Amino acid sequence: MLKVNNINVYYGSIHAIKDVSFEVHPGEIVTLIGANGAGKSTILQTVSGLLRSKTGSVEFLDQDLSNVPAHKIVSQGLAHVPEGRRIFLQMTVEDNLTMGAFTRPGSEFDASLADVYERFPRLKERRKQIAGTLSGGEQQMLAMGRALMSHPRLLMLDEPSMGLSPILVQQIFDIITELHKAGTTILLVEQNAQMALSVADRAYVLESGKIVLSGTGAELAESDEIKKAYLGG
Amino acid sequence: MITFLNHLINGISLGSIYAIIALGYTMVYGIAKMLNFAHGDVIMVGAYVCFFAVSSFGLHPVLGLVLAILICTLLGIVIEKLAYKPLRQATSLAVLITAIGVSYFLQNAAQLLWTSNPKMFPDLFGGAAIRLFDGRLTITVGTLVTIAACIIIMVVLTLFTGKTRMGKAMRACSEDKGAAQLMGINVNRTISVTFAIGSALAAIAGVLLCSAYPSLVPTTGSMPGIKAFTAAVFGGIGSIPGALIGGVLLGIIEIFAGAYISTQLSNAIVFLVLIVVLLVRPTGLLGKQIREKV
Repeated sequence: MLKVNNINVYYGSIHAIKDVSFEVHPGEIVTLIGANGAGKSTILQTVSGLLRSKTGSVEFLDQDLSNVPAHKIVSQGLAHVPEGRRIFLQMTVEDNLTMGAFTRPGSEFDASLADVYERFPRLKERRKQIAGTLSGGEQQMLAMGRALMSHPRLLMLDEPSMGLSPILVQQIFDIITELHKAGTTILLVEQNAQMALSVADRAYVLESGKIVLSGTGAELAESDEIKKAYLGG
Repeated sequence: MITFLNHLINGISLGSIYAIIALGYTMVYGIAKMLNFAHGDVIMVGAYVCFFAVSSFGLHPVLGLVLAILICTLLGIVIEKLAYKPLRQATSLAVLITAIGVSYFLQNAAQLLWTSNPKMFPDLFGGAAIRLFDGRLTITVGTLVTIAACIIIMVVLTLFTGKTRMGKAMRACSEDKGAAQLMGINVNRTISVTFAIGSALAAIAGVLLCSAYPSLVPTTGSMPGIKAFTAAVFGGIGSIPGALIGGVLLGIIEIFAGAYISTQLSNAIVFLVLIVVLLVRPTGLLGKQIREKV
C-alpha cells in the first residue's frame, strides 16, 4: 500500500534520514520505533508531503507522491495525525472535525461526523467547546477524529501516547486496535516501544536516521537488543 | 453639546474608514503573518480608478466603486504572487522590506501615470445631508454610508470566517499552515484569497476616504495606511473585531485631539495613544496572548 524507497531527507546541511526504505501492506499495523531524534516524525512528514526527500521516492497505492503537493495527498486516502496533535486550538471541536473533512463531499459530512462522535463520545459532549480547552487525551482523540473525517485508507499516527497518563495511553491504543479491526491500515510512530510492539504486525527500528532492525512485532519485542535499548530490560 | 456630537460623528466616520483599511492589514497578518505595508497604496489606486471612472468617463459612482474593487482585487492578487509568494520561506525582515518596496513602487508608478498634481475627487453623494436640532447638527449622507459600509463589512466578514468552509479554512491556515495542509487545504490559494479580500476592502476605503477628503495625490494612501496599521495593532493585530474597535477609537481620538487640543498635534496624539496602549497591553486591546509552545 505504502512503499518508501531509499529516501534521503535533509534539514539544511543535516542529513536527517539516510536511505530509509519500508513498506506497509493493506490491513497491517506497522510501527516505527526509535529514540527521540531518530527521524521518525521526519519520515511521516516526508510521506505526507510537508517535507521533501532529496532522493528516493514515496509510493502510495502505486502512485508516486514525490511531486504531489501536501494538500493533495490527503484526498488520496492518506491521513496524518502529526506529532503534538496540532489541532486548531482556537476553533471549536466541531470546526476542527469540519476541517478534517475538507476534501470530502458535503453530502457525507453528517454521516462521518456521527461515526466519529460514536467512536469518541467525549468529542460529542464537547463539540461546541474551543479545542484549546480540551485535556491532553481529548485533544489526541480530536486529532484522530479529525483525521478519520477524511476516510483514510492509511492512517499515520505520530506519537499518539505522548504526554498522556497510562490509562489514557491504554485507551488510545484500544482505539487504534479498533480502527485496525474496522479495516484501517495504520502506520504508527512511537517512543513507547512496548505499547507499539504489542499491537503491531511488523516493526522497524530507527536509529539516527537509519533503519537498523526490522521484524514482526512479537519478534522485536523478544529481541535482546530491543529489550536493552527501548524496553528497559 | 452639539459640537461634541458633531465631532463624535466625524470621529466615528473617519474611524470607520480606518477600520475597513485595518481589516485588510489584520487579515493578511493573520494568515500570511506579514505586514503588507503596500496596503495603503492599494487604497490610493482604488481612489484613482474610481476618480477616472466617474470624472473622465462619466460612469455612475456605484459603477466606479465596482471597477475600483475589481482592479484592486486583481492588484492585490498580483502583488502577492509576484512580490511576496517567492519569499514564503524568507525571513520576515526580507518580506517587510519588500512590502515597503512595493509601496514605493505603487506611489511612484501613480506619480508617473497620473502626476503629483492633486485631483479633486467628486462628491459621490451630491452633498446631501440630514440636519438635526434646527440645522445645528449636520450629518452628511457620505458619513452615514461610510458608517453603514463599515458595519456591513464587519458583519459579512464575521459570518464568512465563522460559518463558511473557506472562512474556516482561513482560520485554520492562520493557526497552523502545516496542519491545514494535512487537512487538504491549499495554503497558497487561501493566502491569495485573503489578499483579494483585503484589497477589495482597500478599494472601498479609498473611495469613501476620498469622498470625505477629496484631494487625491499619489501619496493619499500612505498616512491613512499607517494609521489603519496603528489601529490594527491598537485593537490587536490578527483580530477582526479588534480592527473595528481600534479603527473607530483611533478616528474618534484623532478628531477630538484636533478639535480640543491642537490640530497640529492630532497625529502625534494618535501615535502617543498607540505607544501607551502597547506599553500596557503589548498584544493590543483584543489581541491574544501568544504563548510559546513547550
